[in-house]
Amino acid sequence: MNERAIANASSRPRLAAHRRLRFDKIRESWTIQAPERAFLLDESAHAIVLRCNGETTIAAIVDDLCKAFAGAPRDVVATDVLKLVQDFLDGGVMTQ
Amino acid sequence: MSALQPPMALLAELTHRCPLQCPYCSNPLDLARAGKELGTQEWLRVLGEAADLGCMQVHFSGGEPAVRRDLELFVEGAAKAGLYTNLITSGVLLDGPRIARLADAGLEHVQLSFQDSGADGANRIAGFTGHAKKLEVAAQIRGAGLPLTANFVVHRQNLSHLESMIDLAVAIGAHRTEIAHVQYYGWALRNRGALIPTRAQLEHSTSVVEAARARLKGAMLIDYVVPDYYAQRPKACMGGWGRRFLNVTPSGKVLPCHAAESIAGLSFENVRDRPLAEIWNSSEAFNIFRGVNWMPEPCRSCERAEIDWGGCRCQAFAVTGDAARTDPACALSSDHADLVDIAITESAAAAEEFVYRRYSALEPAG
Repeated sequence: MNERAIANASSRPRLAAHRRLRFDKIRESWTIQAPERAFLLDESAHAIVLRCNGETTIAAIVDDLCKAFAGAPRDVVATDVLKLVQDFLDGGVMTQ
Repeated sequence: MSALQPPMALLAELTHRCPLQCPYCSNPLDLARAGKELGTQEWLRVLGEAADLGCMQVHFSGGEPAVRRDLELFVEGAAKAGLYTNLITSGVLLDGPRIARLADAGLEHVQLSFQDSGADGANRIAGFTGHAKKLEVAAQIRGAGLPLTANFVVHRQNLSHLESMIDLAVAIGAHRTEIAHVQYYGWALRNRGALIPTRAQLEHSTSVVEAARARLKGAMLIDYVVPDYYAQRPKACMGGWGRRFLNVTPSGKVLPCHAAESIAGLSFENVRDRPLAEIWNSSEAFNIFRGVNWMPEPCRSCERAEIDWGGCRCQAFAVTGDAARTDPACALSSDHADLVDIAITESAAAAEEFVYRRYSALEPAG
């Protein structure tokens, strides 16, 4: 049985197999479609998920987001990214 | 009242035909015969209309959806229309090659039902010897790289095996398990005396699920559906009537939930007569219990009106004979004490015989 994966700065998260990042034209929102779950992503969640490609570490994702959203405090961004990734790991949406 | 939102998902009941005869089947007592089923082109049109209307996912269900030889075409058509596809199956008609074809067609996920943790109990409850086959099919689904949900419908006659069911789900590599207490409409209402758990059983099952969730956090999701005969507040059935889901029956009727045909006096429009979007937006059967304006007191002024959306209309009808009454599962309903009495009395009587789900089971003699 798989152990629970815990996200940290050196994790390289990505969407698990058969979880799809899609733009919903009717709702004008990015979504993740997963088994019997659908998540509507706000702008910041989408920015995080887009960078979770299985190669980039969470530390690098946080750096990149701080550049993209100038002025965002690094500790706040880091907390947000870790929380989102951990929730998606626990929900089977992401793997690392 | 907020503007009407598009539906999240379509439940496509491709057929009522099924080798299994589970006594709690969610299909109506009056099962549709093969000759009444929508054809291939009709279903493909409905899938396209559902995607255009805003559905993000389609759940192929039944009966047993694999009875339809054109299932692969529906998966392919849905995927091309941009729908995320889910197959809800007993598994007994699947094999490795067919699962591979479904995966190639764009299938994203399979929900596989089990009737108990062991073969003897499972085969008796299903009225069909299929448990061993299901275990093979589970391995074939995982072998095709598809995410797997193990579904267990639980009741008085299998709840003592709940821990083994969760162990089985882990053993077959399920990423998610659904533990669903029977909901009492249709066939399950007919078999309520043989199925309804005691209050002690329910409390024990809830504690087993909570312990398993803590133990398996991050390894396997567990979704848990409780029976609300013993509850204080009703479930937000379907997330609200006509609010998030729509259901198309094998013969093309469009329902706000899969049990809605159990409500006498409601009539449902058909995809053969009218586009899906028009039915969703303006059919009487969808609008009658939409939102909060239809609600009687104490629901209408209740602070939970837009949390539980008045609970379950089918249950209100099944227990009180009036679909517009307060859901008797709510402790504020004047019918609630009767509901609790039913649960306590019928569970203590401990009847074991089932009326199995069959086409002929309820047809009048002669």
